[in-house]
Amino acid sequence: MSITEILFYAFSGVLLVSAVGVITARNPVHAALFLVFSFFNSAVLWMLLEAEFLAIVLVLVYVGAVMVLFLFVVMMLDINVAQVKEGFTRYAPLGILIALIVVAEIGSVVWVKSLGQEVTPVTAIAAEPGYSNTGALGELLYTKYLYPFELAAVILLLAIVAAIVLTMRKRAGLKQQDIGAQVSVRAQDRVRIVKMPPVIEAGEKQS
Amino acid sequence: MNGVPEFVNTLLPFLPEWIRAVVFYGVVALVLFISVILTMAFLTLAERRVIGSIQARIGPNRVGPGGLLQPFADVLKLMLKEIVIPSSSNKFLFIIAPLLAVIPALAAWAVVPLWPDGAVADINAGLLYLLALSSAGVYGVILAGWATNSKYAFLGAMRAAAQMVAYEIAMGFALVGVVMAAGSLNLGDIIERQSGGYFSYFFWWMIPLFVVYFISGVAETNRAPFDVVEGESEIVAGFHVEYSGMAFAVFFVAEYVNMILISALTSIFFFGGWLSPFEGYPLPGFLTAPGFHWLFLKLSFFLFCYLWFRATFPRYRYDQIMRLGWKVFIPVTLVWLAVLGAFFAYDIGPWSK
Repeated sequence: MSITEILFYAFSGVLLVSAVGVITARNPVHAALFLVFSFFNSAVLWMLLEAEFLAIVLVLVYVGAVMVLFLFVVMMLDINVAQVKEGFTRYAPLGILIALIVVAEIGSVVWVKSLGQEVTPVTAIAAEPGYSNTGALGELLYTKYLYPFELAAVILLLAIVAAIVLTMRKRAGLKQQDIGAQVSVRAQDRVRIVKMPPVIEAGEKQS
Repeated sequence: MNGVPEFVNTLLPFLPEWIRAVVFYGVVALVLFISVILTMAFLTLAERRVIGSIQARIGPNRVGPGGLLQPFADVLKLMLKEIVIPSSSNKFLFIIAPLLAVIPALAAWAVVPLWPDGAVADINAGLLYLLALSSAGVYGVILAGWATNSKYAFLGAMRAAAQMVAYEIAMGFALVGVVMAAGSLNLGDIIERQSGGYFSYFFWWMIPLFVVYFISGVAETNRAPFDVVEGESEIVAGFHVEYSGMAFAVFFVAEYVNMILISALTSIFFFGGWLSPFEGYPLPGFLTAPGFHWLFLKLSFFLFCYLWFRATFPRYRYDQIMRLGWKVFIPVTLVWLAVLGAFFAYDIGPWSK
């Protein structure tokens, strides 16, 4: 067994254990942390395939941004586990069906491979000296798949704008800062200096 | 398993090839780790002396000549202190949180080129690796805040999470400009694209990006004036309010190592890293040759700026930090990326050759 294979089996083993941990952990924060851990392990598996760009971006996007916000929400909510698990028996048949489909998909890939077909001919290209996975990916994205790529970007932008619009509510009587007005304020707007002539009452002696 | 120098092979011929690589890189990583930790230790002393002299005080000068042994006295004190674990905390996460903060900060140094070809791991996607690790560093803070099971710590963790995620975006956008100019994600290539004297540095072509990057770096490391994460007057000490002894010190190691890292990266991305600013001038050899000393000088200047900021500016208010990150920095970087795009289209700048 080569060192790559040992690493592969070690990290896939940890990945499977942490994936099971995601669905069995009682505490939702622990479940989210197990998910973070499984992302790290799958990133290592991609690294072993020399897909360094995908591996690093998985950590950057999912671990660094998505899961941070996810944890943020999970920590703030006080989730009642019993309530969440209420519909378990009702949704179990659908869940089992999806699980079977996934198993069948994995099985079909293994079956095709057992027939001697190459499923992912990635190693042949990666073996070339000076091969940069990131460069190759970028070149494909910006030439062959330019329109689908741009379309995906626009859809994501639309989702961002939609999320902001949905959560922006204007309440009556809400006090808000106007930074521009604050910055451009002048001393005359805040303080009025008045000059008043002194009033001297009759009979009072001036000193 | 390439990259292992020949002397390792002659020294340890009886070991399998991959064990030789593991041993070699383990030793290299250990040396790098110790140098980073020592730099960090003296940075704490420098901070106290610099801020002291800015405030017309002396600062620590009793331990050792000129106070040089003060960091070691501090470490000894912290090591002898008890680590108190709050009874209602989540013990496993409470203990592992400082480690999660310090490991990404130290691991990021693997791809930083300290001198020509002087990176431990000279990988193609080095810049992406740095971004990924710096974004993973936020977990230490969040988990510390949550595992402590205290309202103050939790508020600090929430602030940290929102702040770090917000400023990471501005930082990433600023680096897009650097990548556009260098045409590579490898830090060594980025430096080499800036060769040709101080006027070839990317800084001159992307001053707004540099300003955004460095200020975001200050915010990302939760340093003053962006240190609301540990705002004493509001939430006592923020996420590490219940930490004591070495567990507390490890958070500080992470913070200072990140400061050094951000300073090193700023000098690499915008000021040519280990390149000499006088390259090509008729000067003595040591002034024109690239080397670690140039990176060290540039890095020290930015570290000094960190201390200078801390002694100069009052703390930002939280909503103003968020406004600066989202509504000022991100639009500024987007506009400047468009300007850079125009430079490219009309072949203006050092990259046109």
